[in-house]
Amino acid sequence: MKTALILTTLAALAGTSGLAIAQTTDGILTVATIGEPPTLDAMQTPTDIVLTIDQHIFETLYTYDNEWRSVPLLAAAMPEISEDGLTYRIALREGVKFHDGSDFDSKDVTASLKRWMEINSKGKQVAEVVESLSEDGANAIVVKLKSRYAPLLATFSQASIILPSEKIAETLTEFVGTGPYVLKERKPDQYTQLVRFEDYKSPEGEPSNYAGKRVAIAKEIRFVPVPDANTRVEGLIAGQFDFADALPVSAYERVEESGKAKPVIYENTGWASLNMNMKEGLLTRKELRQAVQVALNPNDMMLAAFSDERFFSVDGSFFPKGSLWHTEAGVTRYGEGDPEAAAKLLEAAGYDGTPIRLMTSRQYEFHYKIGEVAKAYLEAAGFKVDLQVVDWATLTTRRADPKEWDIFITHSNFPGDPTTINTITDAYPGWYVSDAKTKAVSVYMDAVTDAEKQKAWEGIQTVIYDEAPLFKVGNFNAVTGVATGISDYTPTYWPHFWNVTPKK
Amino acid sequence: MARIARALLNRLWGMVIVLALVVTVVFVIVRVTPGDPAAVMLGSDATPQDIAQLRTKMGLDAPLITQYGQFVLGILKGDLGQSIFLNQPVTTALAARAEPTFFLTLFSIFIAVAIALPVGILSAVKRGTLFDQIVVTLTMVAASVPSFWLGLLLIQAFAVGQGWFPASGYGGPDTSLIERLHHLVLPAMALGIVNSALITRFTRAAMLDVLGDDYVRTARAKGASEKRVILKHALKNAMIPIITVIGLSIAMLVAGAVVTETVFGLPGVGNLVVSAVLRRDYPVIQGALLVVAAIYVLINFVVDILYILVDPRVRL
Repeated sequence: MKTALILTTLAALAGTSGLAIAQTTDGILTVATIGEPPTLDAMQTPTDIVLTIDQHIFETLYTYDNEWRSVPLLAAAMPEISEDGLTYRIALREGVKFHDGSDFDSKDVTASLKRWMEINSKGKQVAEVVESLSEDGANAIVVKLKSRYAPLLATFSQASIILPSEKIAETLTEFVGTGPYVLKERKPDQYTQLVRFEDYKSPEGEPSNYAGKRVAIAKEIRFVPVPDANTRVEGLIAGQFDFADALPVSAYERVEESGKAKPVIYENTGWASLNMNMKEGLLTRKELRQAVQVALNPNDMMLAAFSDERFFSVDGSFFPKGSLWHTEAGVTRYGEGDPEAAAKLLEAAGYDGTPIRLMTSRQYEFHYKIGEVAKAYLEAAGFKVDLQVVDWATLTTRRADPKEWDIFITHSNFPGDPTTINTITDAYPGWYVSDAKTKAVSVYMDAVTDAEKQKAWEGIQTVIYDEAPLFKVGNFNAVTGVATGISDYTPTYWPHFWNVTPKK
Repeated sequence: MARIARALLNRLWGMVIVLALVVTVVFVIVRVTPGDPAAVMLGSDATPQDIAQLRTKMGLDAPLITQYGQFVLGILKGDLGQSIFLNQPVTTALAARAEPTFFLTLFSIFIAVAIALPVGILSAVKRGTLFDQIVVTLTMVAASVPSFWLGLLLIQAFAVGQGWFPASGYGGPDTSLIERLHHLVLPAMALGIVNSALITRFTRAAMLDVLGDDYVRTARAKGASEKRVILKHALKNAMIPIITVIGLSIAMLVAGAVVTETVFGLPGVGNLVVSAVLRRDYPVIQGALLVVAAIYVLINFVVDILYILVDPRVRL
């Protein structure tokens, strides 16, 4: 009997996931980041560094799983959607507390989403289609839309953080969330110190990207800004940091051979693109934009930028393999790099030799390298190219003026919903406005199920490849470093440190 | 005495004019440089409408002359403005970052002088010897080495290799002053070694100038010991150019710390300036550069006073 009991217990333990038996520790995780976040208000400034830190403090109604599908986080379940697709009832998880001890309820959600719709760029887009936002008791909200809006849940999965209604202000002074870690102290340019939230109530389920169970195993996380990439490498190897973000690819071997840390590759971190000006100048002509597509060789551009095939992949689909949105639909004129064919297109279009103003930045070294190779291929096809190298802040200002440029180089991440790709927005620099795009996007907006959305997205990607508002160069991977002795770290786009066990 | 006071007052007046020029030039340069704090703050998703709204909210669409007037009025009241990104007064942001920069400068100049004075004097005394040739060669090499590169070498040798010092940062929560100073050893060495080269060369040249003078020969003829001849007679008279170069080095260290602080991730004034420039945080750039310029002219003023103390013949 006793033996049977032991066997039963062992069997039960063996069937338990690692996380279920994960023990909290007194360990501290020191994370070297690429710089200081300008603010911790992700609604106002939803940049990567802000979102990386914020996700430990704040939570959203939904979040992304491994396929970048929106799944519940503070929501109790997927929404109940009315038959006309215009009303979403979202039930909320009960028993969740904020860091200040107050209870999380529907008032906090409506107040937070209203602020988000006032100050956040994506929130403002959502505000245009929201007819009303109301509470349905203490534990549910109802969103009524003027028209169907397929990306609603994706936009509720990022930067639309939920704050206690009493703490909401135009400028946040207190950063109180429901996340597994509490902000203890922030010394700009020195550290942001988070400590475990003892009353944290985690969602259930196997961890999957940002979804599933979250355990604050480390007692404390310290985010330390280390702007110099080489210093992040040396600090990691010296044992000063437990994790170092965004390492140069050239440091991969050095970290691997150090024995003190291991390099970790996160595949498909983002994608680089050449965005074209469709409002003024040379590239308002579709034939010339298509000539640019044909002329460029994405493999050479990515190789120059990332030096080794371990760190990039060339893929015409706007979303990588493994994503809900990956499709080869419409991927034409991509990947060949055929200057001779491009030259014929130029001749047919009657290109008059006006230089293309190609704007890039050295703040992101890979932008610059991509720009140099692009220049060579475009010149081989017969374009004249004026390569303008400026700093990133200058580029973001100049690209707002359609008179200043023809192409600018940028990069994007893989957001949870196709319509959050910047180029799809009419007002984004490049000013891609077309009837075909509007029609394809409206089909997407009307979609309710994932299958309908996937089909509609195929239509959008096909139109984009035909009208060529941009040239997708390729997908790149991120290299980060994790110190020896740190366990259970799972790479994600915004690195997260719940479920991570610090050194003993 | 009255003449000296008058001369010092003239110098002070000159300082005010220099600072007024700095205020104007910095304001203009910051505004004509392309880049927009609103665009940086809102990230790449922002639409032109969002950016325009934020510019209005931050007062960046006011006429330049109005912005300049507000900036100057603020300075007269001791207010350098409000940081756009840090959401705190510029004076508070600068005060919070003064400690690492102050100690780094102090530490670096101490290392530089501790190396340069004895080596420079010995090199002059032993002119033409192997020791002198080695010093001349090494100072030339050290003067050519960028401090950030030397910093990375020091990190590899003493942080990664030996584990004696931290590679970066200024300590976490609850670190004591001693622990924080421990973080400054490597950056101070990087700056100090590079600066010691210049001071060594000046010390050597100044000593060579005076060692051949009549009064040194007279001192030796009177039977003064070699130590007394060098330290009392020669060094005292060589001090004017040495003080000048030390003063200049301190001033350059305040500005030169920009690169070193970035490499070592030190939360000092230099790091603040770099991040402010990248974000186009106009009030911080203006305020920080004004303070650095003020320190610069103040150090020059102190050097002028030291001239009088060292050599009463000096006329300002």
